[in-house]
Amino acid sequence: MDLAFTKEEQAFREEVRAFFRDNVPAETRRKMVEGRHLSKDEMVTWWRILNKKGWGVSHWPTEYGGTGWTSVQHYIFNEELQAYPAPQPLAFGVSMVGPVIYTFGNEEQKKKYLPRIANVDDWWCQGFSEPGSGSDLASLKTKAERRGDKWIINGQKTWTTLAQHADMIFCLCRTDPSAKKQMGISFIVFSMKSKGVTVRPIQTIDGGHEVNEVFFDDVEVPIENLIGEENKGWDYAKFLLGNERTGIARVGVSKERIRRIKELAAKIEAGGRPVLEDPSFREKLTACEVELKALELTQLRVVADEGKHGKGKPNPASSVLKIKGSEIQQTTTELLMEVIGPFAAPYDVHGDDDSNETMDWTAQIAPSYFNNRKVSIYGGSNEIQRNIIAKAVLGL
Amino acid sequence: MDFDLTEEQRLLKDSIDGLLADAYDFDKRKLYMKEKGGWSQGIWSKLAEQGLLGLPFSEEDGGFGAGGVETMIVMEAMGRALVLEPYLATVVLSGGFLRHGGSAAQKTAHLPGIIDGSKTFAFAQLEKQSRYDLFDVATSAKKKGDGWVIDGEKFVVLNGENADTLIVTARTAGGQRDRSGIGVFIVPADAKGVTRKGYPTQDGLHAADITFTGVEVGSDAAIGDPANALPLIERVVDEARIALCAEAVGLMDESLKTTVEYIKTRKQFGVAIGSFQSLQHRASDMFVALEQARSMSMFATMAADFDDAKERATSIAAAKVQIGKSAKFVGQQAIQLHGGIGMTMEAKIGHYFKRLTMIESTFGDTDYHMRRVSEAGGLI
Repeated sequence: MDLAFTKEEQAFREEVRAFFRDNVPAETRRKMVEGRHLSKDEMVTWWRILNKKGWGVSHWPTEYGGTGWTSVQHYIFNEELQAYPAPQPLAFGVSMVGPVIYTFGNEEQKKKYLPRIANVDDWWCQGFSEPGSGSDLASLKTKAERRGDKWIINGQKTWTTLAQHADMIFCLCRTDPSAKKQMGISFIVFSMKSKGVTVRPIQTIDGGHEVNEVFFDDVEVPIENLIGEENKGWDYAKFLLGNERTGIARVGVSKERIRRIKELAAKIEAGGRPVLEDPSFREKLTACEVELKALELTQLRVVADEGKHGKGKPNPASSVLKIKGSEIQQTTTELLMEVIGPFAAPYDVHGDDDSNETMDWTAQIAPSYFNNRKVSIYGGSNEIQRNIIAKAVLGL
Repeated sequence: MDFDLTEEQRLLKDSIDGLLADAYDFDKRKLYMKEKGGWSQGIWSKLAEQGLLGLPFSEEDGGFGAGGVETMIVMEAMGRALVLEPYLATVVLSGGFLRHGGSAAQKTAHLPGIIDGSKTFAFAQLEKQSRYDLFDVATSAKKKGDGWVIDGEKFVVLNGENADTLIVTARTAGGQRDRSGIGVFIVPADAKGVTRKGYPTQDGLHAADITFTGVEVGSDAAIGDPANALPLIERVVDEARIALCAEAVGLMDESLKTTVEYIKTRKQFGVAIGSFQSLQHRASDMFVALEQARSMSMFATMAADFDDAKERATSIAAAKVQIGKSAKFVGQQAIQLHGGIGMTMEAKIGHYFKRLTMIESTFGDTDYHMRRVSEAGGLI
């Protein structure tokens, strides 16, 4: 048992840190620190810098452009990226559809899509959730009917993150309506520019526009856009959802936010002294730091286990990472709210337009708090994670 | 970075788990409680035979030169089995003082008895006013000739009722809450002027309140520097805190296992109550609390070797915070999920809950350690 990173791992951390310092555009970092939204251009610019370095799809097999890093190196890279902070690679392409394509797709599909995912030539979005299918995803109704050499797709997806930027969508569609729930679903990809695709924004409680409704009205999709086998889509979806394990704890994000809380709480006064010196505030902050340290260790245990014993089947400990990670993220945004107190109130009339330089950065603190309520809902709500632990770990 | 046990550590784990699986079910434990002193000399001898009482001592002192991970393994196993025997008081605490501060002569005099299981020890530190502050010492040790005269009162001394030898903190100079002027002394339990009032503790262990009235000891009684032993005390108590964290993980692990088994078999409304989602989610939250505690127990074990003293102390304090919170949650929910049967002395789960509860207030509770972490500027 040993907590220390090796000399090589430490050197790797330095290398990664230096690369971020020298290459993340300053404006991008500032916006991240202040919890502002980034424009599509800003994100894509950074991801292409990352891809040029060869780190855009780091966890992919090397034959498709991956780095061949160890589990620990991936952990270090993610932690440093989150802590700097810089935008993480677009999950929908890099962590979700990419691995499905290189695992289940044919050669042609790999050649066609993978390089474009890596360079974000295509912005991908995820067509899973529907108005009637949230946690019960397998109840989805969007239909793909085979007609000649085309799929005809009809239905509606929702909570489609950043679909407003998207060029491509990967979609779970029902291809066999007579089969039971999970059995008749296929994994189909297509262009968001196709005729019959309509994207309608959903404004979330923070006032922002991250998610959308996406409507499909007789959308024609080439038959070869099916990934893997027909009616096996549920297996690919499970593979996809089980893929993202340790990054979900977002330890680096919470660490960065705690540093920011301390910085602000040392400057802002309440009752004639810095908020940081208020005993009840301080205790809450410390409690959060302790939980985060425990989470970091839990994550390292999973990382070390993967490194030693291979990825194998999904580790139920990832549910612990999701539950605690999301709770801690929420606590940190709550603490930021407490730091600025009454000055959280003014609403930013510029809405999503973060280019407005005159806007007071404090205007982002309440929206960030509101927005972060999502983290215990998405990616399998924390209640679903508890179901998973009860069944997979405790055998209940 | 590695969280796996070495081959030797795995063998150790198998050996203690095996010993306790054979010798320490809940019914046998009830019998051990009725033996003299409230624990089993037979078990203690078995622990000695397997070398477990000599584990942390160097080979030249007759031990096995094992480290913190080995102690973690043993304490976790002892927690799982709800062991009564005075391992913490004798091997971890008193053994710790001898290991880190003892002279060659003191080691020669005392370690063989610890290692072969013929002698047990107790650490007399807590005073009426001191609560969790290790530097708050009113008991005095005054120079007399070459030796010392000790006067004062110590409370809730674990294994104090049965110990052959006491390790006592006493002030040699300065005011009651000064950080300097504290010494640590070896006092035979039968020394003239030592009065012990023993009693069982809430968790079924045994402790004593001990009065020292003009107790005379020789110049060789002081462990380390009698004018400045606080760093030694802090070091040893930190090791005890780490050991308690591991014991608590064992207790929580077994509590969760027992609770899950119970809700799988207990039927109401015609079904196992474990099929109810509200209970499943509670059990899942217990698992989350346990894993977070396990992580911090490992962290504390490894933190003991940190070079930076402040980082070391803060890390161990943070572990005690996490353990305290997790222990309270897991313990309380284990009782709740057992329902009425959890309230009875007859069921084992309540005894786990009680031990977990007592651990929280041993060597600093959650609030105390939370304050220490805050005062150190946090962990990030």
